[in-house]
Amino acid sequence: MRLLGGSPRGAAEALTIPAGALAVSLILFGIFVAMAGANPLGVYETIYSGAFGSWFSWQNTLQRATPLMLTALCTALPARLGLVVIGAEGALIIGALATVAIASVLPGASHWTVITAMMLAGMSAGGLWVGFAGGLRYYRGVNETISSLLLNYIAIALMNHLVGGPMRDPLVLHRPSSWHVGERNMIGLIPGMDVHWGLVFGVVGCIVTYVLMQHTVFGFAARIVGGNVRAARMAGVPVGRLTLVTCLIAGAAAGLAGTTEIAAVHGRASTSLVVGYGYTGILVAFLARQNPLAVIPVAILLGGIDAAGGLLQRWHDLPDATVHVMRGIIFLVILASEPVYGRLRVFQQSVVAPSNGVVPREAA
Amino acid sequence: MEALGWWGVPLAVLGGAIRGSTPFLFVSLGECLTEKSGRINLGLEGTLVMGAMSGYGVSYLTGSPWLGVLVAGTCGMVLGAVHASICARPRVNDIAVGIALMLFGLGLAFYLGKPFIQPNAPRLPAIPFGWWSESPQVRAALEVNVLFLIGAVLAPGLLWALYNTRWGLAIRAVGDNADAARTMGYAVDRVRLLGTVAGGFLAGIGGSFLSLYYPGSWNEAISSGQGLMAVALVIFARWDPLLCLFAALLFGGAGALGPALQSVGITSGYYLFNAAPYMLTLLLMIATSSTQRTLKGAPNELSVTK
Repeated sequence: MRLLGGSPRGAAEALTIPAGALAVSLILFGIFVAMAGANPLGVYETIYSGAFGSWFSWQNTLQRATPLMLTALCTALPARLGLVVIGAEGALIIGALATVAIASVLPGASHWTVITAMMLAGMSAGGLWVGFAGGLRYYRGVNETISSLLLNYIAIALMNHLVGGPMRDPLVLHRPSSWHVGERNMIGLIPGMDVHWGLVFGVVGCIVTYVLMQHTVFGFAARIVGGNVRAARMAGVPVGRLTLVTCLIAGAAAGLAGTTEIAAVHGRASTSLVVGYGYTGILVAFLARQNPLAVIPVAILLGGIDAAGGLLQRWHDLPDATVHVMRGIIFLVILASEPVYGRLRVFQQSVVAPSNGVVPREAA
Repeated sequence: MEALGWWGVPLAVLGGAIRGSTPFLFVSLGECLTEKSGRINLGLEGTLVMGAMSGYGVSYLTGSPWLGVLVAGTCGMVLGAVHASICARPRVNDIAVGIALMLFGLGLAFYLGKPFIQPNAPRLPAIPFGWWSESPQVRAALEVNVLFLIGAVLAPGLLWALYNTRWGLAIRAVGDNADAARTMGYAVDRVRLLGTVAGGFLAGIGGSFLSLYYPGSWNEAISSGQGLMAVALVIFARWDPLLCLFAALLFGGAGALGPALQSVGITSGYYLFNAAPYMLTLLLMIATSSTQRTLKGAPNELSVTK
């Protein structure tokens, strides 16, 4: 129970409030689909069975949750320092481009060499990309939210440039795409499942960063910085190094998402990478209250909602965008439920968690 | 480009800048107004697409594109009101709410917009300032849409209003120091609500331009991110509505430079030109930011400049 709130009451609060918010958003969504002429109870049932109803739908859900876990870490880790980084979209793309590039310069290498190289390339490229934003924040006072947003667009433009020219595979006609990393270099499926190994990377990434942030000196120092940067400096905490390293790790997670999107799903870089994993990841991080361990279930929940989209269209004649509306309602209601923490009488005397996990940081 | 050769490039860029800058102009004026009141709204991308959908839908159903523009603005107001009322609650992060609203707005627009992808709706008119010329390129470049003209008048008007009216003073006071504004008797949350609602109205109109003038149809890929980019544009323009006009022309022109150069045979680096405004904004921020103080011209209450 120490995982959640520090005390049994805090834990109960950390579970009850999101569950209540989820119930409220389901009611709102039910009214929405009822206005469209569908039966809300039937829609709920379809979403449940499409997301978690069978082994088949579970696999679909986990597959979709994988990139979200890694991109969520890109926001959740810097949040511990009081930074709001929204650059996962760009780091994912840069990681994907580095993955394709490294695979093309290792044509004869063995399967495991190439896969290791691809993962390292994706993680370092993504890490440097977000680390750059972190460095700008610390050394130049450039706001990390805006710089990481700008870096997203620069990454997209860079990818469009590379897949339309220098890295273009002329054999692919329907949309400009880079070379393929090679069928024999692809990361396979987890034995016994129809889900690729990226899921394991995602879960391990969340657990490792949770331990790092919660049970090491590094994480302790990071939380001090997030609490009060001036006090941290006074206590001799190396704020600059912490900011840089945290942003490097955060970017590496998103870069790894890029590697798995290439090496386990698409095989080549193209605009099919730009589907908003980075932006959804930001919300996963906020819904998980910036706790890396809580990222896992939240990502699975959102992956499940995504997975149910096709079924709604088939069974209830609702547009596939219905699940996007549902996702939006859930996000808004959960964010709006934030002030309820520490206000319900049942949970009083419990330790009040800091807002969203993000503590406004004073001018550094 | 045969008749004009290389001269066609600046001409095409000018025409493209006016055309491409209009959505940037409206969204950035809206964002500027919201940020002046001390809050950032990252949800304007959703507002823009919602405006594009509703404007097109209403124009198709009623036959009046201007009614479409009005409805698009109204949809933007509703989304702005949602943003402001959630953000007014304690300990809520305005960046997260903005991103949630962006995804919500996109989802809702795709959901409601399905029936409008095929049909043709009446489009907004343009004024042919190039009537005197024989050259089709000159005529095309000087065909200016009415919304751009409205925006070009609105920008200095907004600047004037911010510094010369009671409303402008309230918005700036709330954006610069909420506590001081509160002691002066301003209702901080209400002023921010109005700032965000008005900003949403303008962003919705910017969206209707996309579907009702250029590219001039509704589909799910109608926006190329102008709503989010407006955030960068406002910083580039130093929170000055008049500078937003020039920055919008610059951002729009950068987008038009690629196709214009392509028409005279330069095809490489096409996408890098699109990235130029973002690199410029980033360089500008690196050059002018400091660890000691906030950005010049920035509202002090704004979370992203602290």
